Amino acid sequence: MLLIDCPYCGKRPELEFAYGGEAHIARPQDPAALSDDEWATFLYLRTNPKGTHAERWRHVHGCGRFFNAVRDTVSDVFAATYRVGEPRPDAAPRKAGE
Amino acid sequence: MAEIAFADLPPTARFVLRGRPAAVDAAGTALGFALPGVACRAAGAGERAALWLGPDEWLVLAPEAEGAALAAALEAAMAAAAHSLVDVGHRQDGFVLRGSWAAVVLNAGCPLNLDPAAFPIGMCTRTVLAKAEIVLWRTGAEAFRVEAMRSFLPYVRGVLAEAAREFAA
Repeated sequence: MLLIDCPYCGKRPELEFAYGGEAHIARPQDPAALSDDEWATFLYLRTNPKGTHAERWRHVHGCGRFFNAVRDTVSDVFAATYRVGEPRPDAAPRKAGE
Repeated sequence: MAEIAFADLPPTARFVLRGRPAAVDAAGTALGFALPGVACRAAGAGERAALWLGPDEWLVLAPEAEGAALAAALEAAMAAAAHSLVDVGHRQDGFVLRGSWAAVVLNAGCPLNLDPAAFPIGMCTRTVLAKAEIVLWRTGAEAFRVEAMRSFLPYVRGVLAEAAREFAA
């Protein structure tokens, strides 16, 4: 089973986690000042890369905390996990099996 | 000793405590022991115990007769700090699973590594068992305490009893 390294609990089985969408999306400070296009971009448009992707995960059946992870969307390998508020690490993608 | 056995627990008061260090330190004073600060560990004294569930969340267990007094003592101790103390005694219940095959039986539905090196005595965590969410606490080398939502308990025990049939004496 795929193990995900929760920043609080350590390596835990994938079944305990829930995906939370792309990470590091800041809500605009003044939404009323945005055009409809800009607001729609904030709400709906995501980068959807093929390769490394910073995303939110929640250890829902564990400590319950949200955290961020860098995952390769092709190989499903988690390169790094880190707490909310910490900057995205420049982690080199791990090879499968590491 | 039977190779696998279920044991009911005496009536227990249960609370979920959430708060920052100031509140948690005060709660430790009222409780009689410091709440565990290490991830996934339980602490206790006498029949009281506190289980680490998250970085700011603990499950506090005490005999039912002490429940009301303990809640009042905790509230009084933490009055100066923001906190949340919720009585979940009516929400969840538990039982003990013990025997030489206990870890194997749990692994029929729980994906955690329950080897004593990876899941030592005193370790506790919220996890999944088949389709239910449980709190699992290793209280001995061959004893686990399982806590689950009341409405899930017949299912949880059923899943484990089904898995235990293979090891019945």
